[in-house]
Amino acid sequence: MLGYAVRRIAGTVPTLLILVTLSFFVIRLAPGGPFDQERALTPQVRANLDHLYGLDRPLGVQYLHYLDGLAHGDFGLSYKLRDESVSSLIAQGLPVSAMVGFAALVLAILLGVPLGICAALRRGGVVDYAVTGLATVAIALPTFVTGPLLALVFGLALCWLPVAGWQQGDPLYLILPALTLALPVCAAIARMMRGSLLETLGASFVRTARARGLGPWRVLLRHALRPALLPVVSYLGPAATYVFTGSLVVETVFALPGTGRFLVQGALDRDYTLVMGMIILYGALTLLLNLAADLVYGWLDPRVRND
Amino acid sequence: MIEAQALGLDPARATSGMRRLRQDRMAVGAAVVIVALALLAIFGPWLSPYSYDALDWRHLAVSPGLTASHWLGTDPLGRDLYVRSLYGLRLSLLIGVLATAVSVGIGVAWGAVAGYVGGRTDSWMMRTVDVLYALPYLFVVIILATVFGRGSIALLLIAIGAVGWLTMARVVRGQTLALKQREFIEAARATGLGTAAILLRHIVPNLAGTVAVYATLTIPELITYESFLSFLGLGVQEPLASLGSLINEGARQMLTAPWMLLVPAGFLIALLLCFNLLGDGLRDALDPTAR
Repeated sequence: MLGYAVRRIAGTVPTLLILVTLSFFVIRLAPGGPFDQERALTPQVRANLDHLYGLDRPLGVQYLHYLDGLAHGDFGLSYKLRDESVSSLIAQGLPVSAMVGFAALVLAILLGVPLGICAALRRGGVVDYAVTGLATVAIALPTFVTGPLLALVFGLALCWLPVAGWQQGDPLYLILPALTLALPVCAAIARMMRGSLLETLGASFVRTARARGLGPWRVLLRHALRPALLPVVSYLGPAATYVFTGSLVVETVFALPGTGRFLVQGALDRDYTLVMGMIILYGALTLLLNLAADLVYGWLDPRVRND
Repeated sequence: MIEAQALGLDPARATSGMRRLRQDRMAVGAAVVIVALALLAIFGPWLSPYSYDALDWRHLAVSPGLTASHWLGTDPLGRDLYVRSLYGLRLSLLIGVLATAVSVGIGVAWGAVAGYVGGRTDSWMMRTVDVLYALPYLFVVIILATVFGRGSIALLLIAIGAVGWLTMARVVRGQTLALKQREFIEAARATGLGTAAILLRHIVPNLAGTVAVYATLTIPELITYESFLSFLGLGVQEPLASLGSLINEGARQMLTAPWMLLVPAGFLIALLLCFNLLGDGLRDALDPTAR
């Protein structure tokens, strides 16, 4: 297990470094500087700006300096939002994004697992068809379509929930974004739960449990459910990644003050340090969540370790 | 006929696959809807009296209705939503299909070479795929869109296609590894055929079935990416329309003009669902062992 963990962690570090390097140099390839505006700056102002952001130094030095900053949690200064450092923007936005993502993940598990179990227990029945059919639809639809549609139905037509915005501590504002984000994950979990429970229910140890005269609930809860949950647990890593990167969309749709908004705004404004900081943040989160998922999977299933 | 034993082009297997596909009513229905949507996207705008960027001052933000002059309504600038949606559909389909072609091209070449050559080449090529796989896909597209600037459809196409080939490369490599062991490849090698010729004449044609399945599933994925970039404002620019940018516009106007959201969203939903259903149907028909 320890060797497996070390191998996985050692595999993650170079990927992260490649991500940082790639985004740094690709963004520098872009035509036009960050300070090109309609009204040209005077050379003196321009030189001062370049000096402030370290743009007057050689590219290699800039790169090393950026890496050094990253190691200390410093993502540099934003080009467009002049008074902010990228780190402080992240500190503002991350709690909101994390809250939406976490709520979505919990919602997806709480809805997806029972739905999958019901579908598997009533295989071929109405519930099964409804669940598998809806899952196909929910997986196919992107969040930027379902988000506005949900807002239209629940916010504008029914007036049950606020359409957009964010009020600190008011969970009502969390419901629609979290639901939008949870739908595809919930569908995937339900589908997976159904598949693995059907497989487990056909296994011989379940037949043995039934033969011993145990009731259907006891067989399900004590014997079948636990092994059937394993694939779902291992899916939580990718699901968490999906949810955190998907929060980008939902934050745009529902006007939430999270980090995803900064990424989109940064890309539109060509605010290179901001885009880079966000990409590195999301990339690192993705890699860490995948790593965590791999480690949990290796812990649960010893066969993976010796691969 | 020696080759006929391999997957995909086996006449018996292929016909039975087609028969299975024809019996799959969902998949057939989806294929019909896709063809209908494609025809509508190609010819629809010509048959309408309106153009996608013409402003109709007498009909600003009119709601849809069969008796109205604009079937599916207009936006606040008086542009016909039906024609704009069809233009968006055309663009989404075009980019989806072309970007899929780009990613199929790269993916098949990469996977087939890695799988056939094997050894250290294989492990390096697949390591590269692993590393790229770990990069957040969406963000790569966003970086590329940021760097290359907004609005260029060609660059958008390349950016989306260039990151869409990874799954294809993995699948193709796996298939190639299996094909490599077959007698007809050994026979081809024994007759003195070079690596490139074997790849082009014997390996790649036999990958057709698998590639068709994954290409069908890649199209909706890439359409989603294109629409998403346009939704964020990084893709197609005004006055051109993509389904994504129309949905974005509709989401902002949904309080006063909900049809502006519903019409393009309906087109996109139909398109994505049908491609997914067709892809699932193809997979079940051509490769019964999957799932």
